[in-house]
Amino acid sequence: MSRKPSATQSIGRFAAAVVGAPETVPPGLGAWNGGSVERRFGVYRNNVREGLIGALASRFPVTEKLVGRAFFSALAEAFLLSHPPRSPVLMEWGDALPAFIETFEPAATVPYLADVARLEAARSHAYHAADAAPVQPETLAALDSERLALVRLVSHPALAILRSPYPVLTIWERNTGDSEPAPLELGGGEDMLVTRPQMRVELRPLPPGAARFFEALEEGQSIGWAAEAAHAETPLFDLTLAFTLMIQSGAFSAVAEET
Amino acid sequence: MQALKPSRLPARSGVGFKPEHFDAIIEAVQPLGFFEIHAENYMGKGGPPHARLSRLRQDYALSIHGVGLSIGSPEPLDEIHLDRLKALCDRYEPESFSEHLAWSSHEGTYYNDLLPLPYTEETLDRVVEHVDRVQERLGRRMLLENPATYLLFEESTIEETEFLALIARRTGCGLLLDVNNVFVSATNHRLDPAAYLDRFPLAAVGEIHLGGHAETTDDLGAPLLIDSHDRAVKDPVWALFETVIARRGPLPSLVEWDNDVPAWPVLLREAEAAETILSARYTPDAA
Repeated sequence: MSRKPSATQSIGRFAAAVVGAPETVPPGLGAWNGGSVERRFGVYRNNVREGLIGALASRFPVTEKLVGRAFFSALAEAFLLSHPPRSPVLMEWGDALPAFIETFEPAATVPYLADVARLEAARSHAYHAADAAPVQPETLAALDSERLALVRLVSHPALAILRSPYPVLTIWERNTGDSEPAPLELGGGEDMLVTRPQMRVELRPLPPGAARFFEALEEGQSIGWAAEAAHAETPLFDLTLAFTLMIQSGAFSAVAEET
Repeated sequence: MQALKPSRLPARSGVGFKPEHFDAIIEAVQPLGFFEIHAENYMGKGGPPHARLSRLRQDYALSIHGVGLSIGSPEPLDEIHLDRLKALCDRYEPESFSEHLAWSSHEGTYYNDLLPLPYTEETLDRVVEHVDRVQERLGRRMLLENPATYLLFEESTIEETEFLALIARRTGCGLLLDVNNVFVSATNHRLDPAAYLDRFPLAAVGEIHLGGHAETTDDLGAPLLIDSHDRAVKDPVWALFETVIARRGPLPSLVEWDNDVPAWPVLLREAEAAETILSARYTPDAA
């Protein structure tokens, strides 16, 4: 006795096979000529695989360039099997890739790769973030230093602060665009700031302590508190320089309401 | 019941918008009736995608074409995604919204491809429910596109053209006739594309799609065409297009070129070729 398979079953089998091993073709499918449907099913398999790998590559172009197309495809395929997209909005898929890279054995020889991917994820978020005007210099210039120290700021939706033990921003800059991957001489770590004051994503290296300063502001601490935290982290912290960067970069969109 | 907004693109040629063409497009008034976008590429909150689209919207009619709603799935529709589509339609008030007779998500995983479904009474009921729900949520009459398919389900009991006709009749939705998909599927299943068009409910068609396809072969060496959107529209597809326009008169007609995207003038020439076929059929009233 055979029961006709419901569409739920046949589509479930199709879904499992389309990301499954290359030789698996679900039952119940046919071609007009009665031949094997392996190549026909392979079109769907290829569309799914190439489409998803391509979506990741477009979010992580420098990550791809650093390891090459073949390596990146293998990485992306392993990632998509363990972290498949859960939404049709693919611009949001791949935030877990940096952490995945850290666990991906073959990438162990490229220790800075995960942090390059973190920078690219932050760029992609900044690109699609909500629009907001940066806080105007005059708004802060109008305040005396005592008042200024008490000011808390509202983060711009595009803001990200990254720290890496590797010179990730330098690596990114040397490998962006159409040029051949540049040779690398590993220097020290870099902190960096990602903003999008208007329509262009901007990346800036941060001087010593500035990452702590921006992190504290992002957490909602006052400018005075943030400066102290940055000084506590390193005596090299330069408040004037950090303050200038804060204004130039458009990292914050408003002065928070006093509570 | 609230009246659904109709699909009302101009009966002219249009192209799928690619960001790399933006600068060339805004340099001049383009001889195009509309632009089409893939809805899912505009689901971020802000930034350059929305800035460009808002700029285009000032000058051109807009078609929002979803690729991720999975209307052909036996599972319930993704209401969160439907909310995103509703927000996008509210933001841009497009002249048309369309989606596909296909599924792309299953058990929470998104496959990023337009995957085929068996055509049975069971799946028909399900797709009808889904189209009804989309139209109710968006407050719009949607267009549903015929798929390009590479294989057949043994359990199918209804022909694709009949399946689409029944959906259109039961939901009141319009159809998006992709003539490249007609040629691709007909070749892949050794059907006569002209006969497919004869059976297609042309009266329900609200938009045409044109695109390029790649050629390969199946396991027995039979032709297998792939809906690749990576090259110019081929001659037999232009011929089918002329047949449809001869029968239906001018319709909004879109050239899709999504991969290996050419320079703007190349894409524009394709759209002008479509416009030439359309304009041969403009009547003084319609023009």
